[in-house]
Amino acid sequence: MANIRLVGARALLIEVDEPLAWHAELWRRRESGELTARDIVPGARTVLVDGVPDPGALMSRLRKWRPDTTAAPESGPLVEIPVTFDGPDLAMVADRWACDDRGVAERMCATEFRVAFSGFAPGFAYLAGLPPELAVPRLETPRTRVPAGSVGLAGNYAGIYPTASPGGWLLVGRTDVRLFDVTARPPALLTPGTRVKFTS
Amino acid sequence: MITVVRAGPLTTVQDLGRPGWAHLGVPVSGALDAPALRLANRLVGNPDGTAGLEITAGRYAMSVARAATVALTGADAGLTVAGRPAPFGAPVAVPNGATVEVGPARHGVRSYLAIAGGVDVPAVLGSRSTDTLSGLGPKRLCDGDELPLGEPTGEPSGVDFVPTSVPRGDLVLRVRLGPRDDWFTDPTELLTEAYTVDVNSNRVGARLTGRPLTRAVTDELPSEGIVLGAVQVPANGQPLVFLADHPTTGGYPVIGVVDEADLPLLAQARPGDRVRFRLS
Repeated sequence: MANIRLVGARALLIEVDEPLAWHAELWRRRESGELTARDIVPGARTVLVDGVPDPGALMSRLRKWRPDTTAAPESGPLVEIPVTFDGPDLAMVADRWACDDRGVAERMCATEFRVAFSGFAPGFAYLAGLPPELAVPRLETPRTRVPAGSVGLAGNYAGIYPTASPGGWLLVGRTDVRLFDVTARPPALLTPGTRVKFTS
Repeated sequence: MITVVRAGPLTTVQDLGRPGWAHLGVPVSGALDAPALRLANRLVGNPDGTAGLEITAGRYAMSVARAATVALTGADAGLTVAGRPAPFGAPVAVPNGATVEVGPARHGVRSYLAIAGGVDVPAVLGSRSTDTLSGLGPKRLCDGDELPLGEPTGEPSGVDFVPTSVPRGDLVLRVRLGPRDDWFTDPTELLTEAYTVDVNSNRVGARLTGRPLTRAVTDELPSEGIVLGAVQVPANGQPLVFLADHPTTGGYPVIGVVDEADLPLLAQARPGDRVRFRLS
């Protein structure tokens, strides 16, 4: 069973193997009125449930809940992101992956990614799906400005910068797809659990 | 409409923020001293969550292109209207076209100026707050900016005196240890050490300096969700207490969480002020 930790007076952190399945399960229970929470935030190996009136009571209820782990991986929306693979760090990644530039693009396009969690900036999604052996480091000195739409890699994650910002991810390409629109609901294109395919 | 004559070191539009979007990486934002903003709004007859101005360290001036009621709360600073001294923590009538000036903050850091009707910039995800981390909401105010005002909906309060809420002297913050207190050799060091508010504190967080906390687990923490008031300990061992513009996820361990009721006090602490923690 999941390890559950109290976080302050109004939140719980659930440590789980399938954060996305738990995120979906908690979201469903909130929609149905069984759970009162302001935020349900997946992490790499956790789900934070914040804005909870009585975390102690929720903790005992949570121990009886189980996410539907069978339905989760293939369900959820699929978003295709057209990418031009011409990033400044493409050669560095190709070197790490022991292939050429085109090999990086092919590998990226052959991988079905999933939004594991968000952070860093509104609409910035950490895309899981690459195997551990393809992990890459961050730049030792982050760039002071990474253009919006830049597609990057760090560790095992891929990510797309929704807006121009400083950043240390290795940049392999760029896209014109709009990732964050404050007038849309939800405002982010890539929400937790969304499947992502890159096309070149 | 108001016209900013002098924006001062940092003045932003703030309401009670945009909660509920953390799973998409959107910080909550909103007034750091929310009770002070609520009070200012009540004094001028606005609903609690109406957008006002968060004035950091004072030295702000604006002209108001209509007759209006304003109120100044939070960090204690001199208020003048058309050159005449006006009371702090009370509704103040401003004649059409008059200049409203806020002097340097005498105690505390952040003053709140509410205007009857509120600052009516477009709401972004349900809030007019400037988020200094993500850039959502209106930009920080600059000299010459013009901001629309909403229509007043209520009558100014009859209260004619409100005591200042900004404390003086050492600050004691109530904290609950966890969720990652087990990543430290002795998490109770947080409770025994005294810390100093660092000059690099901002709307994202209050940086504290003191004896570095030592890690028992030196692994990299997989990114996880962060709550308001989380005391994160980065690699240098110096605690950082997250305030309204905090990132939604992070990869450094959180040793404890400060009670939400104490965060406004921390937001009013000045660089060099002493801070201690005690168990909630």
